[in-house]
Amino acid sequence: MGKSIIEKIWDRHIVNEEENKPDLLYIDLQYIHEVTSPQAFEGLRLKGRKVRRPDRTFATMDHNVPTVNRYFIEDDIARKQLEALDQNCKEFGIRLADLDSPEQGIVHVIGPELGLTQPGMTIVCGDSHTSTHGAFGSIAFGIGTSEVEHVLATQTLWQTKPKTLKLEVNGKLGQGVMAKDVILYVISKFGVDFGTGHIIEYCGEVFRDMSMEERMTVCNMSIEGGARAGLVAPDETTFSYIKGRKYVPKGVEFEQYVQEWKSLASDEDAVYDQEIILDGSLISPMVSWGTNPGMASGVDGNVPTFAEDIIDSKELNRALEYMGLEEGMPITNIPVQHVFIGSCTNSRIEDLRQAAEMIDGQTVQKGVRAMVVPGSQSVKRQAEDEGLDEIFKSAGFEWRESGCSMCLSMNPDAVPSGEHCASTSNRNFEGRQGAGARTHLVSPAMAAAAAIYGKFVDIRNLKKTEQVH
Amino acid sequence: MEPITIYKGRAAALDRKNVDTDQIIPKQFLKRIERSGFGEFLFYNWRFDEDGKERPDFELNQPHNQNTSILIAGENFGCGSSREHAPWSLKDYGFDIVIAPSFADIFKSNCMKNGMVPIALTQDEVKYLMERVSAPDYELTIDLPNQTLIDGQGFEVSFEIHPYWKEMLVKGWDEISITLQYDEEISAYEQQKKVVSST
Repeated sequence: MGKSIIEKIWDRHIVNEEENKPDLLYIDLQYIHEVTSPQAFEGLRLKGRKVRRPDRTFATMDHNVPTVNRYFIEDDIARKQLEALDQNCKEFGIRLADLDSPEQGIVHVIGPELGLTQPGMTIVCGDSHTSTHGAFGSIAFGIGTSEVEHVLATQTLWQTKPKTLKLEVNGKLGQGVMAKDVILYVISKFGVDFGTGHIIEYCGEVFRDMSMEERMTVCNMSIEGGARAGLVAPDETTFSYIKGRKYVPKGVEFEQYVQEWKSLASDEDAVYDQEIILDGSLISPMVSWGTNPGMASGVDGNVPTFAEDIIDSKELNRALEYMGLEEGMPITNIPVQHVFIGSCTNSRIEDLRQAAEMIDGQTVQKGVRAMVVPGSQSVKRQAEDEGLDEIFKSAGFEWRESGCSMCLSMNPDAVPSGEHCASTSNRNFEGRQGAGARTHLVSPAMAAAAAIYGKFVDIRNLKKTEQVH
Repeated sequence: MEPITIYKGRAAALDRKNVDTDQIIPKQFLKRIERSGFGEFLFYNWRFDEDGKERPDFELNQPHNQNTSILIAGENFGCGSSREHAPWSLKDYGFDIVIAPSFADIFKSNCMKNGMVPIALTQDEVKYLMERVSAPDYELTIDLPNQTLIDGQGFEVSFEIHPYWKEMLVKGWDEISITLQYDEEISAYEQQKKVVSST
């Protein structure tokens, strides 16, 4: 029986295997950020332990950083957390992309940019969206702070072998339908826990046709379907993206790695614990209407009704009450007062290009506050080189410094209570973008269109759609 | 970590599905650099209104749910963010055991690293318990070595837990010190590194 890429990577990382124990799995790379690491470093200090492999550890500051006046952090506790990361990295000899670094940005944006993330690796970070790095054909998953400490001390984790899920989407996506829509469609169809206990392999024409940025968007939201990790087998798209990046091997060595990475692809007779096959041509641009990412509908659809009985009536009632929506109302009748283009899901250069194309000389609707937060300093520089910042600014968008920003509003960027935000982020949980804030998850092009119209619009009906995607 | 073997306590029911870690501990409380003191912020936006006053209709604010140490909730409890602040806040508030039909993977793992037992029961069993826990004399007993849960009134179920985690919890071991005993194996693996480049 053949093996899937998931099993191949897993098996190559087993340090110890014995009965009645999880596998002791080697971790190739750990990313660190300021929010989930201070207690881990403190744990090491209390026991007098060292970091086993500082060379396999890379840190950045992203969650708390302001996106304007970034050196002026009003919040004392947030500032202390950033200072703690700086001190911890110095003390334990870990590379840090701090606020002064041209490499600073959201951890899941900069890792791939720098070429730290590579196929075949096991990658962890104290952040559930670590699944993003699966786009490169690696097993990448989020962990808690105790596990962060465990990896710092031992470069391993005790892990039970996950189940495997093959998610195949065939066909071609329609105009105006993007990676974000594909993953929101999948989660809305199968629920926020269909992937629990599994690693997903995304297969089929739709994912093969995607760029690395698009694959990262999909893998990023694996966790919103309950899967700790999701991956796409590496191919020419992957190799040409990573070639020449800072931490990637060069020349002959690179070619040797490419050969090895190619061997990771799932065998034709690989068997999965679960298989799902979908038709990509059926997917519409998506908008979430509720309080988890599974509560989403096509922009041409409606908020569900109680009579339809798609969602538990108690849950539907709570969600509609929090979101201030009526059952059965058309998605295009939902008003939008805020637009956030950013986050580890959709803040890369391609995302910003798609949003900018949608703007095309139009301006942000009166009464809408719209902002763009590039995922990294590198994305910001590139966007400025391409003149995208001017397109956004002249349309009335705010152009910010890189960070997690309004995805979770740990910094000063937030949505006021009761107001609706079209957001390219990953979670529409209650209070995520601010107490009482009403988040709607959408693609970058859908977010840009919502900024222009002050409500959700089906971008397939707009003239510009042909240029997007 | 305190060992857990036989555990007795009263339970509170939170009959909601997909309770995410953003609800368990909202992001504004994640900036502290300590592991302790998160209990007062547990379910903050559900427990308190915008003026900081208790919301009387929230489950944990109701009188019969005071002095409880077992939380019973709906399916997919602890989904979303990997923040370990979620189990830290539950534990600091006083919950040592969480019972639900299912748990999100990262949350479940985080619980066990902090001496908390996540117990998955069937939908029907969870419903049965939720209907009864508000009675003042209703107490649950969890026997972790034998993997059973009883209510002293004739209800008895067994639950699954990986033998590795059971041993960790029952003995209250520090996982890192155990793994450090595998130093030779880890070094050997690093020497004959099978895949991927250096970073």
